[in-house]
Amino acid sequence: MQVTRRQFFKFCAGGVGGSSAALLGLSTGEALAEEVRAFKLTRTTEVRNTCPYCSVGCGIIMSSLGDRAKNVTTTIIHIEGDADHPVNRGTLCPKGASLLDFIHSPNRLHYPEYRAPGSSEWKRISWDEALGRIARLMKQDRDANFVARTPDGLTVNRWLTTGFLAASAASNETGYLTNKMLRSLGAVALDNQARV
Amino acid sequence: MASLATTFGRGAMTNHWVDIKNADVVVIMGGNAAEAHPCGFKWVTEAKAHNNATLIVVDPRFTRSAAVADYYAPIRSGSDIAFLGGLINYLLSNDKIQHEYVKRFTDATFLVNDGYRFEGGLFSGYDPATHAYDKASWAYQKGPDGFVVTDDTLQHPRCVFNLLKQHYSRYTAEMVARVTGTPREQFLKVCELIAATSAPDKTTTFMYALGWTQHSVGTQMIRTTAMVQLLLGNIGMAGGGINALRGHSNIQGLTDLGLLSNMLPGYLTLAGDKEQDFKTFLDKRAFKPLRPGQMSYWQNYPAFHVSLMKSWYGDAATRDNNWCYDWLPKLDKVYDVLQVFELMHQGKLNGYVAQGFNPLAAFPDKAKISRALANLKFLVVIDPLATETSEFWKNFGEFNEVNPAAIKTEVFRLPSGCFAEEDGSLVNSSRLLQWHYKGEDPPGEAKGDAEIIAGLFLKLRELYRTEGGAFPDPIRNLTWPYRIPASPSAEELAREFNGKALDNVTDPKDPTKVLAKAGEQLAGFAQLRDDGSTACGCWIFSGAWTQVGNMMARRDNSDPSGLGNTPNWAFAWPANRRIIYNRASCDAAGKPWDPRRTVIAWNAKATQWQGMDVPDMRPDAAPEQNVGPFIMNPEGVARLFGVDKLADGPFPEHYEPFETPLGTNPLHPAVVSNPAARLFKDDREALGSAKEFPYIATTYRLTEHFHFWTKHARLNAILQPEQFVEIGEELAKEKGIRSGDQVTVSSKRGHIKAVAVVTKRLKALVVDGKLLHTVGIPIHWGFKGVAKNGYLANTLTPFVGDATTQTPEFKTFLVTIEKA
Repeated sequence: MQVTRRQFFKFCAGGVGGSSAALLGLSTGEALAEEVRAFKLTRTTEVRNTCPYCSVGCGIIMSSLGDRAKNVTTTIIHIEGDADHPVNRGTLCPKGASLLDFIHSPNRLHYPEYRAPGSSEWKRISWDEALGRIARLMKQDRDANFVARTPDGLTVNRWLTTGFLAASAASNETGYLTNKMLRSLGAVALDNQARV
Repeated sequence: MASLATTFGRGAMTNHWVDIKNADVVVIMGGNAAEAHPCGFKWVTEAKAHNNATLIVVDPRFTRSAAVADYYAPIRSGSDIAFLGGLINYLLSNDKIQHEYVKRFTDATFLVNDGYRFEGGLFSGYDPATHAYDKASWAYQKGPDGFVVTDDTLQHPRCVFNLLKQHYSRYTAEMVARVTGTPREQFLKVCELIAATSAPDKTTTFMYALGWTQHSVGTQMIRTTAMVQLLLGNIGMAGGGINALRGHSNIQGLTDLGLLSNMLPGYLTLAGDKEQDFKTFLDKRAFKPLRPGQMSYWQNYPAFHVSLMKSWYGDAATRDNNWCYDWLPKLDKVYDVLQVFELMHQGKLNGYVAQGFNPLAAFPDKAKISRALANLKFLVVIDPLATETSEFWKNFGEFNEVNPAAIKTEVFRLPSGCFAEEDGSLVNSSRLLQWHYKGEDPPGEAKGDAEIIAGLFLKLRELYRTEGGAFPDPIRNLTWPYRIPASPSAEELAREFNGKALDNVTDPKDPTKVLAKAGEQLAGFAQLRDDGSTACGCWIFSGAWTQVGNMMARRDNSDPSGLGNTPNWAFAWPANRRIIYNRASCDAAGKPWDPRRTVIAWNAKATQWQGMDVPDMRPDAAPEQNVGPFIMNPEGVARLFGVDKLADGPFPEHYEPFETPLGTNPLHPAVVSNPAARLFKDDREALGSAKEFPYIATTYRLTEHFHFWTKHARLNAILQPEQFVEIGEELAKEKGIRSGDQVTVSSKRGHIKAVAVVTKRLKALVVDGKLLHTVGIPIHWGFKGVAKNGYLANTLTPFVGDATTQTPEFKTFLVTIEKA
């Protein structure tokens, strides 16, 4: 069967939404018969990315509005599988097909927050305040508990009393910088999702 | 991954997603690729449709992978070693092995130390007081020349081949059926289908995921399969291999980059306390060949280590200070997450930083994790989403019953960007580093992860510069060569982990020939030096951003061989090899075992290995030099006998889950569960018995959700809105539960409530004479999100870890179920 690019997108969109639409008693035939609208991606900018969920590493194309000018806020309005990608060849699973709802989730965090001891609520704070306070707490703990030498005189230079978890959905570049920074502090209570 | 590194030398998926289409038999066991890795699973259907492949699924549930299988066999969760050990026994007793391959490419001919024993469920050297082994006897016999003694006739009673036979002779088809619950005929049918690929030109590929790793014997489950694949001659072959399907998009990358307590980038390791002397530290890691003429690639360890230190400490790292050896922390033990949360629970930790990680949801025994977090002085959560962990102190009724006033932990929540808002690379399961581009800015004041880390580091460095403090030297001298120090770019960091020449790097064979001029990006790890003339942040990633440019961003998807290798798409470590150990795809003379699936072959005219892939071999090593295909192992061959690499034995042995439904181990009743597993005293007391909790529980993912993220995404929340558990029809009848009823599932550690789904997909099995039921528990709900709030599934799971990797036993534990 020959499938044009346009038809292909329609099939893909049908894949996720189709089953629920059918449950609601809507026939897809009706939807297809609707008047043809202007193609919504005509004026978008395409950017290649990788799905951040499982380890297949599917290629995705993110389409955004905004012409990249300094005073324009770019907004991603559509995400689809990358047809050139040798592994997923344009397909996405129900998770990947819903990525737009992850990046624009109402539960995305927008600013740093602080919860005081015993408090039952968050308080908005500035980045400078947050990082300054965290650095101070880390330094206090490190200076008080850093083990330069063991009682029997071995040089060990480790810091055990603050622990770290690194993110396995973070990029290599973030992971590399995180490790570089933490080891300079002598951190050894460090892990990522590899063990769980 | 420890299992694969122990056997083959590298802890990674051997082949790649598209290569699955080349298989003759695909076995999915310990995973459910159709649901958890759907777009990779398409290559299984491709193999079925175009290569006439047979798909076998072995799983406690009739999964969506099973639904399209040619053959499905049920198994009791946690008993896979018994099944696979039985398969080894079947292959050996029916002479279904690839003889040439086993003899030449494995340690089958190696003689083992006379002190090594396995008796009554224990290997030699066990100390019951410490629950650990002294592994001295788990070794090969060495001759006066320092090399291992071998017996090419395979007759010697102490050769690995005969010890292997002896070890698995106990795993008869009857024993397998008794321990696993898989009916004998079904087990034998699976054996027969797999055994057919012992022919040199036939391959089986195995696909597994967390269904194998998350057991107290997880590492050994995977190792059993690795051994099966060696006996069948399937490693290094197109359409063969072990496809370790990692759970997260960059868990392979984070592991490659050494973000684990005891690791450094590129599988280099931190020193132990006793390793005070730098030279001894290096010598111990620069493995000398155990057989004549072997590559033993870790001999280059000093070049990798010194280049890392030059990358981190620049001019401060000199030969005179052993390249800042003392600036790296040394370990008295491994601080894995179970150990760290145990210490936190005891009140011995003050601070904790969770970057893109939700430990309250992701770690076992939620109540313990919650108590532990409440012991902290401060908790920092860096995440794009409002996670449960960040609000562990907040009361969410039955889903999180805590008293905020009693929790004194200071909590900081820092908003980070996500994949769509950054440039950078991820490593997929098959070691492929793929570059991605930013599509929009993070919302509100959210910042990229690297910027957050840099911001924190610059604050700390400023404090140590102005005030001094404990051992400030490494902090003050850490290289920070970024154009905008508060916001290192992805390009700068990628160039740094690729490595560059600090001085001219010359060809060792011809010193007049300059391979890389000072300041240039290196072409690959072969150019690394141990004299301080190169810097490289992660040696295995070297080649990712060369002088030519960003190799991870390459987008040529052409496939000249037709085997799906696409060598110019992105960059795969190591050295852009797509199928590792590919020398083993050829016989001793360098001719492919299967000419239709040639990966590489020896070209005698050109005196080179050539083919569709980068040879995993010195390119000019003629076959008659007998250089083994497993170049990372000092043996040159793969290990059927794991020597001292794993904590719980050189051969995998079936041990019961810590919460065993049998209460005994039919193979050795005196040693029921893994004697070397990670289990703390308090957690032992929190284990339930089959008397109180008679049903096996297992946790898993659904195709509509990813862990605890997608409950924050509206479309996924619509597709699977509400928490449910699955039970079989027999158990439903016994308990009077109907589909749609609210049920309470309890373990010794807590309970959850959910909707019951009664299904034919889960059937009771007869195990050791008992009828056993399984309760299936999808993990995706919690008390934050746009889906309906629910219980964290890890309220139920036990705080027990694998002996080597300390991965928690999420996949098998005991529960009871009642109508709510």
